[in-house]
Amino acid sequence: MNLLIPEFALIISSLGLLMLGVFKKNSQKLINNFILVLLVILIGIIGVNYKDNQNFFNNTYSVDLLSNFMKITVLIAVIFTNLISSQYLRNQSLTRFEYSILILFSVVGMFTMISANNLIIFYLGLELQSLCLYILASINTTSVKSSEAGLKYFVLGSLSSGLLLYGCSLVYGFTGSTDYYVIANSFLTSGDALKFGLVFILCGIAFKISAVPFHMWAPDVYEGSPTSVTTFFAMAPKIAALAALIRFLHIPYANFYADWKAIIIVISIASMILSAVAAIGQNNIKRLMAFSSIGHIGFILAGLAVGTKQSLSAVLVYVFIYVLMNIGTFACIMCIHRKGAYFEKISDLSGLSKNHPVVAFSLSMLMFSLAGIPPLAGFFAKFYIISSIIEQKIYYLAVIGLISAVISAFYYLRVIKVIYFDQPVDNYDPVENIGIKFSLAVAIIFILFYFIQPSLLSNIADNVALNFK
Amino acid sequence: MVHALIFYVFSAIAILSAIMVISSKNTVHSVFFLILAFISVASLFIMIGAEFIGMILLIVYVGAVAVLFLFVVMMLEGNFKNVKHGFLQYLPFGAFIGAVVLFEIVIIIGAWKYKPNLIRVSSIPYNVSTTNTQSLGKLIYTDYILAFQLSGLILLVAMIGAILLTFNKRSDLKRQDIATQSSRERNDSIYLTDPESGKGVKVND
Repeated sequence: MNLLIPEFALIISSLGLLMLGVFKKNSQKLINNFILVLLVILIGIIGVNYKDNQNFFNNTYSVDLLSNFMKITVLIAVIFTNLISSQYLRNQSLTRFEYSILILFSVVGMFTMISANNLIIFYLGLELQSLCLYILASINTTSVKSSEAGLKYFVLGSLSSGLLLYGCSLVYGFTGSTDYYVIANSFLTSGDALKFGLVFILCGIAFKISAVPFHMWAPDVYEGSPTSVTTFFAMAPKIAALAALIRFLHIPYANFYADWKAIIIVISIASMILSAVAAIGQNNIKRLMAFSSIGHIGFILAGLAVGTKQSLSAVLVYVFIYVLMNIGTFACIMCIHRKGAYFEKISDLSGLSKNHPVVAFSLSMLMFSLAGIPPLAGFFAKFYIISSIIEQKIYYLAVIGLISAVISAFYYLRVIKVIYFDQPVDNYDPVENIGIKFSLAVAIIFILFYFIQPSLLSNIADNVALNFK
Repeated sequence: MVHALIFYVFSAIAILSAIMVISSKNTVHSVFFLILAFISVASLFIMIGAEFIGMILLIVYVGAVAVLFLFVVMMLEGNFKNVKHGFLQYLPFGAFIGAVVLFEIVIIIGAWKYKPNLIRVSSIPYNVSTTNTQSLGKLIYTDYILAFQLSGLILLVAMIGAILLTFNKRSDLKRQDIATQSSRERNDSIYLTDPESGKGVKVND
């Protein structure tokens, strides 16, 4: 039962904090700090029991190395999102205590998704998580764009949930069980029928990780939501959905490798190419990040499609590095404000190098890393994926991945050009918030010095991949 | 044979009305068809022996959700004056749907009451000693406790969201504050002066 402490702690404290927030006026700051401390402690608790694995609730909930790795990554993403966004929330007068509590609830949903070993639990985790995200997207009720983002996300999200649920019902109808192990064992008796379920469920998950052709919502929702929520969207829900996808493909559908490999490869190629081409025309940095995340998801899926232990480890490393790059980039985006007003256009970055040399340098390093230029961490992430693809001799996938990486380097480099070579417009506010400074420092140090000891992270990921299943 | 016939009648009505929900141009008609579809599906549930789920479907979806929906749709179409007019306008159609529902209920209750063994043809193992409700309760609070609690959390989040997004404190409204009103004293608002003629009174603020 020790292994369930994080979930229990999250649920109990979110309910308790909800009461506190309702009955005590202006308790936003207190709640926020409590949540930060709680999440840091949870990383410790998961870290202590890192190696244990056990199934709970009749095999419906499994805690293992993979789930622990992904949970720690989610917690890191949430903690840094919290640190980055506190100043933004204050400036935009979005300081409502429900905000942090909804994030906490969505973390419960993500943990459930990550550990779900049963279609019902997986679906419930997904719904808990996405319901919180719909609300968060439209939390700025005074902004039309935020309401639009929330509504759009809600309508499309429920459609995708419907598709996913239809797939689940097909699988349940043909196998008579929602348990992953039972589904895995009944592949001989109802093989073809299960493939239909697979397609629908993959559609639902592809929507959640915004892979092409289910990516339409991402740019609009990223742009419309408050930037702090966008930061959250770009990282945590994707990690959870990816963990659920990995478990789903490798446990119930382990025997259908040839079938899902084709689907995943098509989605991955489409995502990589679309993000590389479509991001070129963007002039809003949040939309740019949306397309960039689609491209990164394409790379991660390419690694998943290979299906070996080595590629799984590469995927885990990629996810971790992706999270840290996003933390850094959004910390920089949060720095771009003049007299309390935030700017999102790429052209607003002009002259950043003049009055914020450190932020300008960090942002350009992050852009280089996102583009995958050595010796930054982003390069290693792509390198592991490509080498695992080549090892399995799927050359065309590797070639397309490389080409799209080269094309996407264009729009990352354009941002750097604006920062360093365009005429400055006006002075930016100085960066005073300690949370942003700390997050940016952590992300930059990780990205710049990853090459010194790359085996540190990849050993952990290898270990997770080897012990999975 | 008879069982299959009843099944096909209900299924046909359910599918047809589901198609009509999305294809009919009039939104009020759509809601009527939605109610019909729900009732048909509930009858199908009763036919396989899942009377608890069937009844819950009736109570929750037909009794609460769809009727509320109907009210909203009818209100949205015009202002309050037109409601009576709308009521008369939709009466024949509503009566038609009502007749179909009545027909369904007569079939299902008739079969249930007078030929109970006609209904039970499901392959699911069935324990006669416990009722459906009892066995559902036993399952929900034991094997499916995690799913049950998570559903509870989902509903809680939905509630928080509804309150958060619709409840906004408006600062531009002038509200009555009874405490300050009744604790006001005479000195707070009235003072007496003795103005000289031709000089007037200087009022402070």
